[in-house]
Amino acid sequence: MTLFAYIAVMAVVTYLVRMLPFTLFRRQIRSRFIRGLLYYLPYAVLSAMTIPAIFYATGNVVTATVGTLVALMLAYFRLPLIVVALAAACSALLTGFLL
Amino acid sequence: MRRPFVQGMLDGVPIALGYLSVSFGFGILAVRLGLPVLAAVGISFTNLTSAGQAAGVEIIAAAGTLLEMALTQFVINLRYALMGFSLSQKLDATFTTPRRLLVSFGITDEIYAVAISQPGLLTATYMMGLIVTPVLGWSLGTFLGAAAGELLPTAVSNAMGLVLYGMFIAIIIPPARKDRRVLFVVALAAACSVVFRYLLPMVSGGFAVILSALAASLAGAWLFPIEEEAMT
Repeated sequence: MTLFAYIAVMAVVTYLVRMLPFTLFRRQIRSRFIRGLLYYLPYAVLSAMTIPAIFYATGNVVTATVGTLVALMLAYFRLPLIVVALAAACSALLTGFLL
Repeated sequence: MRRPFVQGMLDGVPIALGYLSVSFGFGILAVRLGLPVLAAVGISFTNLTSAGQAAGVEIIAAAGTLLEMALTQFVINLRYALMGFSLSQKLDATFTTPRRLLVSFGITDEIYAVAISQPGLLTATYMMGLIVTPVLGWSLGTFLGAAAGELLPTAVSNAMGLVLYGMFIAIIIPPARKDRRVLFVVALAAACSVVFRYLLPMVSGGFAVILSALAASLAGAWLFPIEEEAMT
């Protein structure tokens, strides 16, 4: 099995999952329940992807926890994406040096 | 007033910078698993997704079947289908079918979050601008990580593992702070995910995420449905 076949399958499946609903769906959704579901789902997906995986992301639970707390604090004060993301990594790195 | 395409590109700069560091990590991972630099960049340029790509290179390294690859990508990336539904409710009349075909390629967590938080309807040119800069950042970061990542000390590349999740937190927290319904859903999804991880380890990671997210947002939609004006 060639590398090219793997990459083609990845790209095609990922594109179809994105393209079909976005391109084919034209109606306005009236149901308040479905509207709620669509509104909440992306946040729920990101939350489930992050917790508890983030605590294992650095290979050390202590440094990862410090990074998580820093990210939560900065995000609470609405700092930009890139600032929150890099501050989390930097604080985990510094904690690693202190341990 | 700026042209929509340029405004989109500018709004995409923070996403591109975030992607640069996250995809750097992906480049390191791909090369460690034995992929050539060009293949790593090719995957990033054609897939534009963090979790799906990370799972994909693991399958390539383990010489898995193409069916396993297709199923994994489908499950992990299913959230983009729901984001596509959600965005389809917010498109203006400039979104012809060819433009929808083009723009749908660029639906990611972060691009979705920025687009959905814009006031009013979305134009096709704004969305194209919003996608161009992150695609460049994602591909360039992958190249840099794949070509030069091995030069980094282990402590640094370990810490880089937090960049992706830090970005997710930065997307979730501000709306959860503003809207208690979002806070409820986010907390419930996290709680379900913890239950899967520690009490039901037989459920694979991808399915655990999908089930947790569906349970939490169904509960949210049932308890707090959304009125018409809230989404536009």
